[in-house]
Amino acid sequence: MNALNTFLFVAFPYVAVIVFVFGVAYRYRRRGFTVSSLSSQFLEGKTLFWGTIPFHIGILVVFFGHLTAFLLPRATLAWNSIPVRLIVLEVTAFTFGLSVLVGLTALMVRRVTNPRIRAVTTKMDIAIELLLLAQVVLGCWIALGFRWGASWFAADLSPYLWSLVKLAPETGAVFALPWVIKAHIVGAFAILFMVPFSRLIHFVVAPLHYIVRPYQQVIWNWDRKSIRNPNTPWSKTRPNNS
Amino acid sequence: MDIRSQISMVFHLDKCIGCHTCSIACKNIWTDRKGAEYMWWNNVETKPGTGYPGKWENQDIYKGGWEVTDDGIQLKGAGKPKSLTNIFHNPHMPVIDDYYEPFTYKYLDLIESPAGDDQPTARPISMITGEPMDIKMGPNWDDDLSGSPDYARNDPNLEKLSPAEKEAMFQLERMAFFYLPRICNHCLNPACVASCPSGAIYKRGEDGIVLINQEVCRGWRMCVTACPYKKTYYNWSTGKSEKCILCYPRLEAGEAPACMHSCVGRIRYLGVLLYDADQIESVASAPETDVVNRQLDMILDPFDPDVIASAKSNGVADSTIDAAQKSPAYKFVKEWNLALPLHPEFRTLPMLFYVPPLLPVMASVTKVDNKEQSEKMHPVGKYWPDSWLYDTSTEELFGTIDEARFPLQYMANLFSAGDTAQVGDRLKKLMAVRLHRRQVTVGDVSEKMVKSALDDTGLTPQSADDIYYLTSLAHFNDRFVIPAAHREQAIEMMEFAGDVKGSTGFGFKTGTAKRGA
Ligand code: SF4
Ligand code: SF4
Repeated sequence: MNALNTFLFVAFPYVAVIVFVFGVAYRYRRRGFTVSSLSSQFLEGKTLFWGTIPFHIGILVVFFGHLTAFLLPRATLAWNSIPVRLIVLEVTAFTFGLSVLVGLTALMVRRVTNPRIRAVTTKMDIAIELLLLAQVVLGCWIALGFRWGASWFAADLSPYLWSLVKLAPETGAVFALPWVIKAHIVGAFAILFMVPFSRLIHFVVAPLHYIVRPYQQVIWNWDRKSIRNPNTPWSKTRPNNS
Repeated sequence: MDIRSQISMVFHLDKCIGCHTCSIACKNIWTDRKGAEYMWWNNVETKPGTGYPGKWENQDIYKGGWEVTDDGIQLKGAGKPKSLTNIFHNPHMPVIDDYYEPFTYKYLDLIESPAGDDQPTARPISMITGEPMDIKMGPNWDDDLSGSPDYARNDPNLEKLSPAEKEAMFQLERMAFFYLPRICNHCLNPACVASCPSGAIYKRGEDGIVLINQEVCRGWRMCVTACPYKKTYYNWSTGKSEKCILCYPRLEAGEAPACMHSCVGRIRYLGVLLYDADQIESVASAPETDVVNRQLDMILDPFDPDVIASAKSNGVADSTIDAAQKSPAYKFVKEWNLALPLHPEFRTLPMLFYVPPLLPVMASVTKVDNKEQSEKMHPVGKYWPDSWLYDTSTEELFGTIDEARFPLQYMANLFSAGDTAQVGDRLKKLMAVRLHRRQVTVGDVSEKMVKSALDDTGLTPQSADDIYYLTSLAHFNDRFVIPAAHREQAIEMMEFAGDVKGSTGFGFKTGTAKRGA
C-alpha cells in the first residue's frame, strides 16, 4: 500500500511534471504544426456555444482557484477566517465546478452525436474528455462531501505540493486522505502528464502576447539593407535554420 | 517615406469568360487535400449573385474588415480585445454550410454493384463524414443565375439601388451578368494579420505576399472572421487556417501564379508596385469614398529619380525597381487609372485591382415600336409583346454609360464604396478606347467624336493604343513582369542550404533514415 502511495504521490507527480515540461517544449519547437486548439466550430457552431463557454469559463476559474490556494496558502486561510467569506468562496467554486461539468457533458454529447464532429474525433480526444469528466466529477463530489476544501487545501495540500517543489516530499497528510481526494490529486497529475500528447496543449499557447503586439506584422526574410551592402560580412546575413 | 515593393495584380473583367480554369489550376496544386476540399483560394462568382461563401460582402453578417471608430480604425468582428474574449466561441465565425459541404461520388458502385434491374448509380458522399448526403450547394452554384431570386436578388451590392433600378436589372430581356474572379488581395492593411492572436499571419517584406505560418497558427480562427473577402479558410482537419499564397514558390522561380498562368481569358496581369508604407494607417482611416484615391496616391512613380533613390536606400533591389517600371499593374492602376480595388470600404487596402466590365454596361435598352417588325414575322412568332431594343449606338457617347443595363450605382457599390463618379471615369475611358479603335479599324465613327471622347477622359491616341495593346494583344511577358527573387540570395532566404546537405532534400529537414550501424 505504501509503495503504491509513494508511487502515486511522489514518483508520478515528478514524472508528470518532467513529461509535461519536456514534452511540451519538444512538441512546441519541433512539431509546431501539431499544436492547435483543433477548434471544431467551423463544422458546428450552435451547440458548441453551450458546451465550450461554461466549460472554459468554469475551468479557468477553478484552475486559478486551486493555483491561488497552492501559491498563497496563508492568504487563503486568512481570507477564509471569516466564515461568510469562506462560504462565498465555496459556493462560487462549486458553481464554476458545476459549470465545467455541464459544459463538458454538453461537449461530450455533441462530440458523439454530431456526425461531422465524430469525423474529427480521435481516440485521444475521447480519452481526454473522459479523464476531465472523471476529474470534475470527483472535484464536485469533494466540494459537496468534504466541505471547506478552500481551507483544508491551503492547510494540508499546499504544504504537500510545496514539499514536492522543494524536492523533499512530505506525504504523511496526503496518505491519510480519503480515496476520493487522492484520486482527484492523481487525476490532476494525469492531466498534466497527458498535455504533450493531446489537444490539451493548446492552453499552453494561449495567445496573451496579442495584447501587446502591434496589429500589423511584416517579416523580412533577410535584413534588406545589409544584405545588399557588399561590406556586410557573410556571417551577419547568414540565414538561420529554425 | 518607407518605400516597399508589392506584387500586385490586375484582373480585366471585360475579358473573363467565367470558365473556372483558374480555380481548378489552384485547386489541383494547393487545396486537393483533406480538410481543404471546400476551399477555393481562387473562386469565380457571377455578379449579381451572392458569391462564396453566401453573401460574403454583407459585413452585418460576417463582421469582416475595419470600421472607423472614435479611436481610429478598428477591426469590426475581431481585434483587441475581441480576438481574445471570443476565443472559446467566435460568434461571427462562418460554418461550413455557409460555403458548402464538400462531396464526391461512390464511383466504384458503378462497377462493383451486383447485376440487377436498374442501372447502378454513384451516390454523393460527404467528404467530411463519408456518409451519403443530399447536395444542396456547391462552390459556384450561382453560376450564370443572375435572374434567380435565390442568388442575384440577394446580392448585398443591390443595397443602395432604387426599387426601380433593381427591378430593371432583373427583367428577363435586360438581364446581364459578369464574372468576378477572386483571390486573396494581399492587402496593405490586412485584417487577417491584425486579427491573429498567435501572430501567425504576416506580410512578407520583400514582395508583400500575406502568408499564414502553419507552424504557428493555433486554430483560433479569428482571421476567418476578420478577412472581409473571406479569403482565409479554416482547415477542419488540421485545425489550421490557410489562404492563397500567391504561388510564392512559383514567383520565386520566375513563374506566374497558377491561376494567372492558366487563365483562358488572359484577364490577369501581375507586376510590382512601389508604395509608401508610412501612409498605410492614414489612408486606411480616410473617409469612405476617399480611400481609393488616397490608396492610389500611395503608389509611387517608379520612374521618379527621388523615388528610385529612396527605394534603393530602403533596400529595394535594382531588379525590383526595373520590374516596377515595366509593371502592367502600374500601367493599369496608376498611369491609365483604369482599375479599382474591390470593396475599398472594407479598408484593408487590397492590392488586387479590377478593370470594371464595360460590356454589360455599354448596351442600353430603349423603347421602340416593333409593330412593323412583327408584321413581317411568321404567325407563330408574331406576337412579341415587348418593344425593347438593345441600343448599342455610340452616338450618345457617355449617355449610354449612365443609362446602362447595370446601374452605375451597382458597379460603384462593388468597386468604389458607392461613389459612381469613380467607376464612371473608368468606364468612360474604356469606352473612349473602344471608340478610338473602332475608328482605326472600321472607320465608321466620326473623328470628332473620338477626339472628344479621348479628350474628355484625358487619353491620347497613343495611350489608347497602349491600353488596347495591353488589353488585347499582350504577350505572356507583358502580362506578368515578375521581379527576380535573387536566387543567389533567395536560395538562402529561409535557411542556409549547407546545413541540410545530405538530408532528404526539398521539403524535409529531417535526415535520411539510418539503416543499421
Ligand atoms: S484579402 Fe483577406 S486574407 Fe487576403 S490579405 Fe486581405 S484581409 Fe488578408
Ligand atoms: S481562367 Fe480567367 S477567364 Fe477563366 S474564369 Fe478564371 S479569370 Fe475568368
